[in-house]
Amino acid sequence: MSFLEIRNVHKRFGANEVLRGINLTVEEHQVVCLIGPSGCGKSTLLRCINGLEEIQEGEIRLHGDRITGPGVDLNALRRDVGIVFQSFNLFPHMTVLQNITLAPTQVLRMPEPEARAKALALLKRIGLEHKAQAYPDQLSGGQQQRVAIARALAMEPMLLLLDEITSALDPELVSEVLNLLRELAREGMTMILATHEMGFAREVASKVCFMYGGVVHEEGPPEQIFSNPQRERTQQFLASIIEAGRL
Amino acid sequence: MTEPNSKELRRRHPIPPKDGFGFALLALILAVALWLATGWVMWLVKQTMTANGFQASWADALLVLFALLPSGLLWSALRSLGQARRARQALQSENLIAARVHSSEAHTWAWFTLGYVGALVLFLLFVLFFIANNVAVGRTFFQLELIRNSFGLILQAFWVNVVIFLFAGVFSLIWGLVVAIAKLLPGKPAQPIRFIATFYTDAFLSLPSIIVIYLIGFGLPLTGIGFFRNLPLEALAVLALTLTYGAYMAEVYRAGLESIHPSQWAAARSLGLSYGQTLRFVVVPQAVRRIIPPLLNNFIGMQKDTALVNVVGVIDAFNQARIIASNDFNLSAVTTVAILFILITIPQTRLVDRLVERDRARFRQG
Repeated sequence: MSFLEIRNVHKRFGANEVLRGINLTVEEHQVVCLIGPSGCGKSTLLRCINGLEEIQEGEIRLHGDRITGPGVDLNALRRDVGIVFQSFNLFPHMTVLQNITLAPTQVLRMPEPEARAKALALLKRIGLEHKAQAYPDQLSGGQQQRVAIARALAMEPMLLLLDEITSALDPELVSEVLNLLRELAREGMTMILATHEMGFAREVASKVCFMYGGVVHEEGPPEQIFSNPQRERTQQFLASIIEAGRL
Repeated sequence: MTEPNSKELRRRHPIPPKDGFGFALLALILAVALWLATGWVMWLVKQTMTANGFQASWADALLVLFALLPSGLLWSALRSLGQARRARQALQSENLIAARVHSSEAHTWAWFTLGYVGALVLFLLFVLFFIANNVAVGRTFFQLELIRNSFGLILQAFWVNVVIFLFAGVFSLIWGLVVAIAKLLPGKPAQPIRFIATFYTDAFLSLPSIIVIYLIGFGLPLTGIGFFRNLPLEALAVLALTLTYGAYMAEVYRAGLESIHPSQWAAARSLGLSYGQTLRFVVVPQAVRRIIPPLLNNFIGMQKDTALVNVVGVIDAFNQARIIASNDFNLSAVTTVAILFILITIPQTRLVDRLVERDRARFRQG
């Protein structure tokens, strides 16, 4: 039994079938990178794992327990599976500290002082202690994204989903976010990330999945996918990435 | 040699500005005419005062002052004319830049003159209306003595309006939010609730508030149900206004709630917050901030509608004023009510303006 098992997942938006039978397994402490052209279903897959989207066919199991379909306590699931979005989605009317402590105090019923102490420790770790009382729009994009990661980490998830979290950032702010991810990977956080940062994927991934046409088209260790891809569409994709100077 | 095209021609022969002389002259003529008209109106006022046996040197001084006031416009009109002349001279010496500067000045001063002429004309018309038919208008609406005598009684009755709109205001703000949330509940099980909420807002948006007040204020006590029979009329008025304005407030809340981007929902739900927690901590606080100006506008609208409660016999300021007015056969008491409403509303509308402005500033900031 694997940590996360995704079996034959189909997701349709009306007539548009975005996921057409995804199969994927993730082990604990693995970092899985989803790569592929825009619209191939990377983000949708992540949103399905978190229960933000309903799936029409197939199933997803976490620790052997089914987390899709009717009767699943999504609020409970989401305590274990955190997600960070491309557009940060911090709560603009709350300070950084309040953003981080909201879910622990309200969902886990953690006492306020404990939640604050924990949030401050997290902020210290991402180097933003001094911004605890700032509002999100007073931070740079990179800082906002680090806060968003801290907000997800405050729930101590078993699995962290990262949805193109550097795509909306200025190039010079990307590295501060990637450094944080590197650190999390070293500490053994299980992560699935949809990304266009091929160099980063190559460096930290335990497994790389090339998604195309709503399925996992090719998967394998990063060296194999990036240096010796077996399938034609994967080769094309990587060739265009190299041409664009992104690998 | 090729024919120079129109672009080159334009570059070689820029379009000269108009000197604005005719416009300045028009401003001057109107200013002079207005001055004469003002003198005439003030003379009429003086005559009316004499006819009514009213004589006071301060009033005479005031009339003279008013009659002299428009002479300021002569100054601005002459200034416009002077600039126009200099623009004309500059045009003759082909100094286009100076011509533009003077022409622009001439136009500005001419418009300045015309603007004040327009405002003063309105003022003079009002004065004429006021003193028409031997000050009939003045006597009917603005008899100072009656205003003074009725003020205490009306202020007391106005307190009823204040209490009604404070209660109805708070209740409709809460009720509106409840209805808006009911209207937006997701899922199949909530369908009947959505239906009821939609029907309620549709019905009360279309019902004139005076009819609701009438039906509730007269109807509910008539039903003989003990609870309603023993309620004071003011409470029924609060109920009627809350129901009516709750529907308006609900529509505003709904617009606010729907304006919050779905990504905020996704972020909150993904952290494990329930639907209710997401509303309470994330969506409603942001929505309310955005809709404070329209909510306040509704609040002001409701304030005015408290004057309608007189149809069921509540002795509010308007009803009190009507009683006084029919006793004296004069509307000055009603003017008092009007003044009171204006006095409490103006600070609120200014507050709305400031909030809107603050919102805009934040939006500009990004």
